[in-house]
Amino acid sequence: MGVRTISTEVRALADEVGPVAAGPVVATGGGSSGPAGGVVDDAARRVSAPAGIVEWRPAEMTVRVLAGTTVADLDAVLGADGQCVAMPVRPGGTVGGALALGHSGLRRLGWGPVRDCLLEASVVTAAGEVAVAGGPTVKNVSGFDLCRLLVGSLGTLAVIGEVVLRTRPLPAVERWLSGQADPADVDAVLHRPTSLLWDGATTWVLLTGHEIDVDDQTQRAATLGLAPGEPPPSSSFGPNRWSVAPGGLRLVPGSGWIAEWGVGVVHHPDPQPPRPVDPAIHLLHRRIKAAFDPTGRLAPGRTVLP
Amino acid sequence: MTHDLTAALRSVLGVDRVRDDPLDLALVARDASMLRGDAAVLCWPETTAEVAACVRVAVEHDVPFVARGSGTGLAGGATPVGDAVVICLTRMNRIVSVDPLARTAWVEPGVVNLDLSREVARHGLHFAPDPSSQQACSVGGNVANNSGGPHCLAEGVTSSHILALEVVLPDGTVTVLGGADPEPVGFDLRGVFVGSEGLFGIATRILVRLTPDPPAVATMLLDFGSVSAAAETVSAIIAAGIVPAAIEMMDARITAAVEDYVHAGFPTDAAAVLLIEVDGLPGGVALERDRVAEIGRSCGARTVRIAADAAERALLWKGRKTAFGAVARIAPNYYLHDTVVPRTRLVEVLDEIYAIADRHELLVMNVFHAGDGNLHPLLVFDARETGVLDRVHAAGDEIVAASLAAGGVLSGEHGIGLEKRHHMSSMFSDVSLDLQARVRDAFDPDQRSNPTKVLPAGSRCGDLQQVPEGLWV
Repeated sequence: MGVRTISTEVRALADEVGPVAAGPVVATGGGSSGPAGGVVDDAARRVSAPAGIVEWRPAEMTVRVLAGTTVADLDAVLGADGQCVAMPVRPGGTVGGALALGHSGLRRLGWGPVRDCLLEASVVTAAGEVAVAGGPTVKNVSGFDLCRLLVGSLGTLAVIGEVVLRTRPLPAVERWLSGQADPADVDAVLHRPTSLLWDGATTWVLLTGHEIDVDDQTQRAATLGLAPGEPPPSSSFGPNRWSVAPGGLRLVPGSGWIAEWGVGVVHHPDPQPPRPVDPAIHLLHRRIKAAFDPTGRLAPGRTVLP
Repeated sequence: MTHDLTAALRSVLGVDRVRDDPLDLALVARDASMLRGDAAVLCWPETTAEVAACVRVAVEHDVPFVARGSGTGLAGGATPVGDAVVICLTRMNRIVSVDPLARTAWVEPGVVNLDLSREVARHGLHFAPDPSSQQACSVGGNVANNSGGPHCLAEGVTSSHILALEVVLPDGTVTVLGGADPEPVGFDLRGVFVGSEGLFGIATRILVRLTPDPPAVATMLLDFGSVSAAAETVSAIIAAGIVPAAIEMMDARITAAVEDYVHAGFPTDAAAVLLIEVDGLPGGVALERDRVAEIGRSCGARTVRIAADAAERALLWKGRKTAFGAVARIAPNYYLHDTVVPRTRLVEVLDEIYAIADRHELLVMNVFHAGDGNLHPLLVFDARETGVLDRVHAAGDEIVAASLAAGGVLSGEHGIGLEKRHHMSSMFSDVSLDLQARVRDAFDPDQRSNPTKVLPAGSRCGDLQQVPEGLWV
């Protein structure tokens, strides 16, 4: 039958979350992302999604995985078959945590945002019941696309238990280049690089794909003075994440930042100034939160809107 | 009542852009599906403010409204129900701005999909979603349905290409969902609006992501003595780590029909053909082209034809994209289905579809997006034949059930609309449907925007939404 059978692991997670009367709860992953969205009330019980790969079929380019699995463990299994997921790998970071946070990695320019790799999610609702959003196939428009709301919701809407993710082939070759070129010039001579970083002076570019293509692109980049090298050291990425329209990256204030050219994420030493939010957006957020979690028991104290 | 409504809309848009005579209303009573409804009045706003004003008139008169683009939808999503105000967006067809460096454009919802790609072609860019109806369908309709197309295999469906939406919410408020920046604050309201089939409001301006044209393209036609050999080729290509730009399959019947129609040299004795395209940088394209040909031959391809130039490529694609037109030469009517199954189960589901059609004494043809398992069984018939529609609907229900049983989904790109709402509870539990209904209520507490679509009646306690009597299904 078409209605998804709920796995025993997700059922157990639902039992752990319990009904509304069981009080506030918050899902925790690997703790790799810090207190995003604010500090959760101490009163909230911590629950963790189970770990494990449920179904991995390389010829489908999809994987069904429990949300407590670390991205690193998942990539290790997929990598043995020449595939990966377009999710950032953080020490201890889980699949559920990466989805709840919704932050893409440095390869977003070429590989797309994290939100695009979530096909289906089995979640525990605030009522302690199991609901399924989306569908298991790479293409699906059956009903509203609730998966999009879950990505970046910081655990405030539901507890993610099990997901189906789209995978992608690992490239044959990866090569970082760097030099003092202007990123717009680099962007203009290259065809769809996987990553393009800029700190206001130095440009780094990640080329991935067939060796013949990477060699071709390396030669093109050499005309702008870029040479094979290392990516920027992780210590040079500031702790704050700014979101800027790609056209505005030349106007980013301060120093010590690294920008993802063509994407608009800026890794900055200072926090981003508050961005105004339209009252209509505030109202929609309140209604959506109430639709999922009418009593506010999920991740109390945390908010996706500053 | 209708007179008051018409007068109120005319006070906003003037006399000429509001119509309520029966002939005009009949024209918008359905989309490209067979589902007919009833409109009270139709209007053509030209600006966001005018759309908002039309929505407020609907609110003040307590009547539903339905946004309408080009009317090419196949699931009844734009069919007006309950004497709705039909808000036609075809006059909002301006490409507002193009930023070739950021590779984005702001467009109005009535812009035709292919017109957008043509307009930005001079910058070496295109809009990746390419439904077969792309010469007629609008970008606003693509947003409502989260439309796909052959080239969504590698590039993703519409949602991956929409950055922001200026919308008129069902209460008439205007706001912007998403943004030009990569991580707008808050929930991904843009993402949930895309594919909401007009139930969450009306998009009035759309910020689309544009895709660089590939420097090299190879288009191939592989022909097979069996459908299973063609399907095996699809799985083997994906398993080899190649994601072609497109993999389309046509079975024997549709291939013969297409060849009669376009004379592109399609092999009429093949059990199935695959139209495969790889693109990217020239070196990699050559490698992948050769690898795909090798995989095809090892799976039993009888011939591998590689388009020599752009003209031959266009001819092969013309064959694929005019397949539905070609069918008109066989029978006057067709019913097109749209389900998705796991790629690895294509063969067994196709076998089941042929068996279902045989049981109902119907002719079925298959032309579909094989790369992502998106089936499009085409039941062809003559509606003048007594009782044939009952058989068509019965066969359709069985095709949906077979797809779900194989681990698939109800719709890959056409949407649920009115057509498949009664199937939703075959895919989703009551709890899951309740969650969808709650999110709809968050956007539209009064259930005014395109009511009775997507969600089955009774998705929520106390939900009385019913398709009114007299609706011709």
